[in-house]
Amino acid sequence: MSARLIQRYPDRTRMNHWAVALLFLCAGLSGLAFFHPALYFLTMFFGGGTWTRILHPFFGVLMVLGFVMLFAQVWRENVWRASDRAWLAHAGAMLAGDTREPDETGKYNAGQKLVFWAFAVSLLLLFVTGFVFWQPWFADAFPVWLRRIAVVVHAVSAVVLVLSVIVHVYAAIWVQGTMRAMTRGTVTEGWARHHHPRWYRGLRGDR
Amino acid sequence: MSSLQSLDIAARSATTTPSPQARTTHEVAKLIDVSSCIGCKACQVACMQWNDLRDTVGHNVGVYDNPADLTPESWTVMRFSEVEAKREPPQETTLEWLIRKDGCMHCDDPGCLKACPAPGAIVKYTNGIVDFIEENCVGCGNCVTGCPFDVPRISKKDNKAYKCTLCSDRVSVGLEPACVKACPTGAIHFGSKVDMLDYGAERVADLKERGWAKAGVYDPQGVGGTHVMYVLQHADQPTLYHGLPENPAISPWVSVWKGVAKPIGVAMMLGAAVAGFFHYTKVGPVPDPDDPDRDGDRP
Repeated sequence: MSARLIQRYPDRTRMNHWAVALLFLCAGLSGLAFFHPALYFLTMFFGGGTWTRILHPFFGVLMVLGFVMLFAQVWRENVWRASDRAWLAHAGAMLAGDTREPDETGKYNAGQKLVFWAFAVSLLLLFVTGFVFWQPWFADAFPVWLRRIAVVVHAVSAVVLVLSVIVHVYAAIWVQGTMRAMTRGTVTEGWARHHHPRWYRGLRGDR
Repeated sequence: MSSLQSLDIAARSATTTPSPQARTTHEVAKLIDVSSCIGCKACQVACMQWNDLRDTVGHNVGVYDNPADLTPESWTVMRFSEVEAKREPPQETTLEWLIRKDGCMHCDDPGCLKACPAPGAIVKYTNGIVDFIEENCVGCGNCVTGCPFDVPRISKKDNKAYKCTLCSDRVSVGLEPACVKACPTGAIHFGSKVDMLDYGAERVADLKERGWAKAGVYDPQGVGGTHVMYVLQHADQPTLYHGLPENPAISPWVSVWKGVAKPIGVAMMLGAAVAGFFHYTKVGPVPDPDDPDRDGDRP
């Protein structure tokens, strides 16, 4: 193994990311338990139905707080650029196996950006609507009609979040060399040059 | 523990398989004749006594309603409404004191049961009674959002949901509900739903003769009919009776979500994971150009 390694994420970003990921697992599984009767068995991982109901909002709030810290570290590189449109046009061919990367892809490609903003928006909605029917502390402060809407918006946002996470995780498995960016903090030079050419050029200073 | 046998359960919350259907029983109903009610609250006392409920003593808020609202320990409340309403003959507007015994309506299509995510926390028996099984209740409050009549209450002591059981324990051994037994004017009737509708029709005919031209039985079809029904002097204006809803139905926010959207949501999430797996086996991974141990087969 002689390839040069490039730092992609410092320690604090990685620890932050994995804290959010673990909390997502807890909030996601405890929430899915109430999402559909077929998934109610998931309550056994949290000490039964009532404990699952008690714990879920705390997992959720902690996850959102963790994400806010992560957001502050990475949002700038996720701002949408005109060149991202070209990436999306090429996305279908990419999935079919043509993995040449547009020359203008920076630290994050358009797909990663969309996933990032889907995370941000769905978490914001989950956070806000979750308070509206959080028993026993906050629910009584809201009228019943609002609680009805909040439950549905909460569940729809959760589906969007889970789907985005599935895309996020699969992309990391699919594109080899990606996972080490979040486990070791580094990627190979070839990985950076191939998948994120503009970011790579920026690091070398020949933007 | 439910108060009736598992054989008698017609519907169960958060359950997708059929309930036992070997045995059928007739549907029961309580008929509350508002025109015969004198507002004595004997039904409230009987409910407290039979169910061993002792609500905390509250405050007089300037109306006769006491307690002021349904609570986890008060499963029925007399609602007093002073209204000006027309009687014909004699074709004049008079002051009427409408007293409605409020509580669970035991809907045939119960919104609470539909909204509940905890398997078996809410059941509907074959006789039509809707019961909360508190040992299965997780305290999420979804029953409150599911109910078109604003009936369930979550206890601050134990975070369980409570409401009128229609004395399912008494009914299961052939007794009438405690409130029915206690009513001194015979305003509360109990029997098979068919008999109650028959009796209600008699009462309505009588009221019409006496000038309440719009008298009728309140058995709202938007929730499949109810197993607690009212005889109303002004059936065309149920909202006169402390806001009794005119056309109650389960909110579409609850029914659509619990009906079609949830299976679709689960299918989408499962489908995405499965699609990823098959994509990997078809297209294969994108190799890291610098990884000598790469397992992709593209150069």
